[in-house]
Amino acid sequence: MKKNIPGKPIRFIMVIICALMAITLMALQGNSVVSHRQRKMQDTNQWPVTFGFGRTATVAEISLWDITIRPDGKGLPPGEGDVAKGKAIYALKCVACHGENGRETPGVKLAGPALVSDTSFKSKPKTIGNYWPYATTLFDYMRRTMPYNLPGSLTNNEVYSLTAFLLSANQVIKPDAVLNAQTLPRVVMPAKKLFVVDDRKGGPEVK
Amino acid sequence: MTVRAVLKLNNNEVMEENKKNKLEKVPGRISRRTLLGGALAAAIIPVSSSFAKYIQAGVPLGPVNDPTKTIGPGPSILGKRSLFEHPVRKPSDISSRTPLQDLYSTITPSDLHFERHHAGVAAIDPNKYELLIHGMVDRPMKFTLADLKKFPSFTRICFLECAGNFRTGKEEMTPQDILGLTSQSEWTGVLLSTLLREVGVSDKASWFLAEGSDASLMTRSIPRKGWDEAIIAYGQNGEALRPEQGYPARLLLPGWEGNTNVKWIRRIEISDQPFMTREETSKYTYPVNGKIRMFSFELDARSIITFPSFPQKVERGWIEIRGIAWSGRGKIIKVDVSTDAGRTWDTAKLQEPVLDKAHTYFRYLWQWNGDATEILSRAIDETGYTQPSLQQLVAARGKDLGGYHLNPVTSWQIKNDGSVLFKPEDWR
Repeated sequence: MKKNIPGKPIRFIMVIICALMAITLMALQGNSVVSHRQRKMQDTNQWPVTFGFGRTATVAEISLWDITIRPDGKGLPPGEGDVAKGKAIYALKCVACHGENGRETPGVKLAGPALVSDTSFKSKPKTIGNYWPYATTLFDYMRRTMPYNLPGSLTNNEVYSLTAFLLSANQVIKPDAVLNAQTLPRVVMPAKKLFVVDDRKGGPEVK
Repeated sequence: MTVRAVLKLNNNEVMEENKKNKLEKVPGRISRRTLLGGALAAAIIPVSSSFAKYIQAGVPLGPVNDPTKTIGPGPSILGKRSLFEHPVRKPSDISSRTPLQDLYSTITPSDLHFERHHAGVAAIDPNKYELLIHGMVDRPMKFTLADLKKFPSFTRICFLECAGNFRTGKEEMTPQDILGLTSQSEWTGVLLSTLLREVGVSDKASWFLAEGSDASLMTRSIPRKGWDEAIIAYGQNGEALRPEQGYPARLLLPGWEGNTNVKWIRRIEISDQPFMTREETSKYTYPVNGKIRMFSFELDARSIITFPSFPQKVERGWIEIRGIAWSGRGKIIKVDVSTDAGRTWDTAKLQEPVLDKAHTYFRYLWQWNGDATEILSRAIDETGYTQPSLQQLVAARGKDLGGYHLNPVTSWQIKNDGSVLFKPEDWR
């Protein structure tokens, strides 16, 4: 230090101290200004009507991904299927994980869950016939993710047929039923009447 | 034998121990750089092979491993855990569990976050990622990951928990075995409300469908009550999401059952009704007195003592009982601890800050006199809900109550010899 400013060490230190105080004061003022601004900026009224990020999705882009089927049948594609065809597809593409007839076999551990029992809620295991509230869910689920090793590979007609076979095996529809966009949403599932919407809402009561 | 060889033996020993613990993954080979210090030392102090045998037997290393006499490895591009620490998840075919007993506070290291996925971990190129929002909107839109990151961002700490997070049945169970399907992170992303503002949601809309882009195309219907706090998260604990947590973007619904927090999210369809997907009808629903309860979103308050717990052993004297408590309905306001098998309860200390819908660390200082007893904890949240006993849950729901949303008080048995065992309860 002496080398840089010979003979004036005290004056130099004073200058430094003054500078530091000034910086500190400015910083304090600056902080309060910034925090005040931040508070204002958090107000959604200050946001623009739109940020302009993202773009309009095209109809083609939407229909490519929009594969969900609602319980009222919205989203079901053209095509149809029946129990016999479904049985054949099942034997080819489903049996490896879900077993020969979709039923639980004592002592046999399958890769997939059992799919077939009956329509009694007291029966075990819980399957399509005694636990699924909507038939449309079968179509939606199988089309999006089955078979497990080749998800999304089934054609619409195959899915209609598999749906028919599984509903028939669970004694929900007759063996000669044909399923399509009109008939599938009309299938009433035995378990539907059992479903209730959660009524827990916190507070002291245990539900 | 050189020190280099000794260190290798040490590493083998670690691997051997891991095998004993039935761990699937073993630590990788010690890098050249890590060994550098040891290699240098080797040039100076040759070590006999009999000495190496002592090391294998677990005898302290003495001067060879004296960190004050050995230059350590230099800076590196990526940090690693101490070679002496091996916290690991416990995987099954469909999930992996967080080692709650190995954590000291409430943020779960990202690589230990529990997993539950329905068709494996999706691999998504962030440059090709897009989120579609459509349905009952003024303008259906697609957002790239870069778009999502441009919007005003939002960060919060909250827990995630699988709806089926409770295992019981035997005494030899760790907190990880019993309740390991919960973890906590600091999440960053864009509030969903910010995006919904861009697309213009119809006033008549009341539900949306969230769809993932994994091989299960995981879908859940989310009612309006969950929209305000929803985040499209791209950050986890300060970095990008882990692949197992939905990289590059996931839905986050603080306090709601894990599977509604759809990972790898690619599509949001705004609607005026639920879609009744498989994961909200045949799964994630449970029998309640002859009916089937659906759309159980909020996770009720619960807690677990993580220390002491199986397979630890305690000694007579002062023991700080530690654990976590959380509620999907708000803040934890109180945690009670009992050290006399539930006859009397005392209030535990909560670690500040206590956050909304977040794991809250609790501590309770206890002087154990050496008599066999049971220790328990119960959480109370700001709605006034007190974590129930299993008997209370059975009384409310019936014996056939399934495995979802089960949050009973759990109990550890402390034996005379200081061993700690879980207390399984049977209700069937």
